[in-house]
Amino acid sequence: MPRPTSERAHTEWMVTPVGAGPVTRRVVLGIVAILTLLFLIAPLALIFSSALSQGIGTFFNSLTEPGTQHAILLTVTTALIAVPINIVFGLAAAWTVTKFVFPGRTLLISLIELPYSISPIVAGVAYIFVYGSQGLFGPLIEAMGIKVMFALPAIVLASMFVTAPFVARELIPLMQVQGTDEEEAAVTLGASGFATFMRVTLPNVRWAVLYGAILCNARVMGEFGAVSVVSGNIRGQTTTLPLQIELLYQDYNVAGAFAAATVLTAVALLTIVIKVVLERISPDHAQAPARPPGH
Amino acid sequence: MNRFIIALAAGLGILATAPAQAQTPNTLLNVSYDISRELYAEINVAFAKQWKAKTGQDVTINQSHNGSSRQARSILEGLEADVVTFNQVTDVQVLYDRGKLIPADWAKRLPNNSSPYYSLPAFLVRAGNPKGIKDWDDLVKPGVQVIFPNPKTSGNARYTYLAAYAFAKNKYGADKADDFIKKLFANVPVFDTGGRAATTTFVERGTGDVLITFEAETSSIRDLAGKDKYEVVVPPTSVLAEFPVTVVDKYADKHGTKALATAYLEFLYSPEGQDIEAKGYNRVTDKTVMAKYKDKFPEVKLYRVEDEFGGWDKLNAEHLNPGAKLDTLFGGK
Repeated sequence: MPRPTSERAHTEWMVTPVGAGPVTRRVVLGIVAILTLLFLIAPLALIFSSALSQGIGTFFNSLTEPGTQHAILLTVTTALIAVPINIVFGLAAAWTVTKFVFPGRTLLISLIELPYSISPIVAGVAYIFVYGSQGLFGPLIEAMGIKVMFALPAIVLASMFVTAPFVARELIPLMQVQGTDEEEAAVTLGASGFATFMRVTLPNVRWAVLYGAILCNARVMGEFGAVSVVSGNIRGQTTTLPLQIELLYQDYNVAGAFAAATVLTAVALLTIVIKVVLERISPDHAQAPARPPGH
Repeated sequence: MNRFIIALAAGLGILATAPAQAQTPNTLLNVSYDISRELYAEINVAFAKQWKAKTGQDVTINQSHNGSSRQARSILEGLEADVVTFNQVTDVQVLYDRGKLIPADWAKRLPNNSSPYYSLPAFLVRAGNPKGIKDWDDLVKPGVQVIFPNPKTSGNARYTYLAAYAFAKNKYGADKADDFIKKLFANVPVFDTGGRAATTTFVERGTGDVLITFEAETSSIRDLAGKDKYEVVVPPTSVLAEFPVTVVDKYADKHGTKALATAYLEFLYSPEGQDIEAKGYNRVTDKTVMAKYKDKFPEVKLYRVEDEFGGWDKLNAEHLNPGAKLDTLFGGK
């Protein structure tokens, strides 16, 4: 049967570019495997083994130590505030740039994505210049009796800045592909703007919202640089989990530091699991081509 | 969606109540330098006990630790410290200079320039002192690796610079001192940003033959790691490092904690406070306490910033300000 053979040969030629024979493929695969082992698996394994190095009892004692407990609580509180706000922001931003055409639209998309490329420490310092006592709005805010810097609001703000693009970035390509046909149909049938959003737009993107929220959550919980600048590092008050890990490490409490690190690592691993599950069950996300915005 | 709105409302609710967490008169925030963690952990417990016995009130003292210049900056930007306990006079002075948070004469409010204890840069060497390091001279020998933090970011390292400079000036004359410092910097393989990071480099990563940091830190590390691993060497001369403390009036007044804050700082001068400080290898002025711990503190000749460098203003202008001597010598590194 000449035809299938030639087809097979054709496919093989397709996946094997010139010069990339089986040897090259194996070498490349080997390099990737070794690098993964060195850069990802070894450190992860070390976190868990160091945390448990002094026994399971020490591990749990470290986790229930008041400072670490408070750090976990503060980190969860921050996520509970920052993630919902980011969802609303992401939905609004994606809705605006995909369902309407207006001047400055491309600029807005670029602005939303700015936190991806900016160093978190810059974000932290920028917040100090805006909200610090000697900053732009600091004196005004202080006169109103509100405390922003070196307290929960600053930690939430810094986390939100860093994660601002997470939900929007998931939604924009998807909503672009979906277009405005369904919304137009709904409006033609007499639905109000809000009803259109709740019954047509939102159900269409719910998986992407969830996906973005999960990634956003993981980043909020793990953010170090921006939060470090604005938190004031008050023990048991404004130390989030990543800051607590550094603090314990510098206190020569290595077991405690690694125990706290396992919590963050567990969040990360859980995030990956949820991400994979979502990709499996969500038809939207699987279909959404990874098109750059603006197409 | 309703659930979502409720969650959002709850979130905003928490955000709105944040200002209400402001401090009550029974809570103090002590903003301190990096390596004072263990010291104040102990001081705070003792003070709370004494305050409870005296007034019947429970008191909570919160701690924030970091490089003291960075801490001063945070306080200027609104970190509401009731008291500061720093390792550098300039970092306290800046609270007056740039924010008027404290009065100009803050240093006169408590004894000894408001410095309840003092220390000096000392050496920590590996067991047996294989490189035979006894004095500042030994640090500039070829093949000796010296570890201390970056003198541009760390008050701790600035004292190391001053001690080395004062040593060279007195032994070889002022014109040779610059050369001595250059040789010293050339022997430092890595400059960390803070005292604890330098300690980690020396202890955890095993880099270097000698760590230079405050005597209190060198002795604590030796106790923690064991005498079979490290030895403390106190050189014949060093520089007196003051640890100035003060109430941050603006925030203490705002919180209504001034009396408590003042009592807290006075406790640092009390026999009980001095005992805890000396136990942590900080030198104190209380004679009874010093007699009790005299084995911990070898004899050393200490140069004072006032005598050797003409005071902090002159020192800053000639040595530490941007573009001054430290920059010139460090820049060559």
